[in-house]
Amino acid sequence: MNILLAILVLGSIAAIFGALLGYASVRFKVDADPIVEQLDDLLPQTQCGQCGYPGCKPYAQAVADGEAINKCAPGGEDTIKKIADLMGVEVQPLDESHVQGDTTASNRPKVAFIIEEDCIGCTKCIQACPVDAIIGAAKQMHTIIIDECTGCDLCVAPCPVDCIEMRELPDTIHNWQWDLTSIPVKQLD
Amino acid sequence: MTDYLLLLVGTVLVNNFVLVQFLGLCPFMGVSSRTETAIGMSFATIFVMTLASLLSYLVTTYLLVPLDLEYLTTMSFILVIAVVVQFTEMVVHKTSASLYRLLGIFLPLITTNCAVLGVALLNLRQQHSFFESIIYGFGASLGFSLVLIMFSAMREKLANADVPAPFKGTAIAMITAGLMSLAFLGFTGLVKI
Repeated sequence: MNILLAILVLGSIAAIFGALLGYASVRFKVDADPIVEQLDDLLPQTQCGQCGYPGCKPYAQAVADGEAINKCAPGGEDTIKKIADLMGVEVQPLDESHVQGDTTASNRPKVAFIIEEDCIGCTKCIQACPVDAIIGAAKQMHTIIIDECTGCDLCVAPCPVDCIEMRELPDTIHNWQWDLTSIPVKQLD
Repeated sequence: MTDYLLLLVGTVLVNNFVLVQFLGLCPFMGVSSRTETAIGMSFATIFVMTLASLLSYLVTTYLLVPLDLEYLTTMSFILVIAVVVQFTEMVVHKTSASLYRLLGIFLPLITTNCAVLGVALLNLRQQHSFFESIIYGFGASLGFSLVLIMFSAMREKLANADVPAPFKGTAIAMITAGLMSLAFLGFTGLVKI
């Protein structure tokens, strides 16, 4: 008899708590992982795929699942810093294998440049550009809108006559930065 | 009123759950490497422990004792704690996604924090009243939070300190915890009755 009572009591406690949790899971339902949306907003939306993922949204998902935060080349240091703030992790330098162009060269932002006398007007680079920073039409010479170009590199490969190259932006008062890390700081341990 | 205050101070400092009674050491070591996480964990634990001691009191007094089923206490307490933790997890997930991410696995692991079960069982053994149970649970979690946050602040400093190689990481953390425990022994003489 006592055993039956014990089973009944424990069973009813469990049933009440189960109902409570069931209600709570409906009441406090989280639609999607909101962190992915927030990360996606931080990424530059070039969909360039340099991070190794098919676009910005998949990379945002991957970062939310624990992928390294330093793979977005078009976003650069700025984006990495924002992602680090959001995710609560340390800021890391841009991953070496994702630095644009020659890794030995400086890390200054680059934009695509079309050598216009070689351009045959094939429009292949226009189709490749994720941010519509190339203007031109078939059989017409193309050119880059420097302000729109994110330096994602995607137009270089499709060009059949190799007339696109990545050039460093010249220093202007808008993009010049102090090279504050030029004195190497070594942590002793 | 004085009794309640004494009970609170006594639980937070003199009978500190982590450093004097050695309960809840897993999250104490696991979540203390960053202050931010430690603070989040503290709030979650305060919520869970206070609520768990309240609910376990109700379950014992109004269900198990009248029905003469005291031998079910541990089992029903575990049930209560698991539910409270699950509930907390849902609320945290809804309200603060970043805290949810920071706490990660340690949030559901509050279930296995022996301090939570410990506070419920100690409430029973010391025959606390309803309010005493709540204050005891709150004080225990407050003491846990105090120690956890202080310890995480120390560990953040230790990360940059010049620690001999064999003591790096958890080893120096253990030594620090031991020293803190010794320091907390000093509170034993705080209240004279």
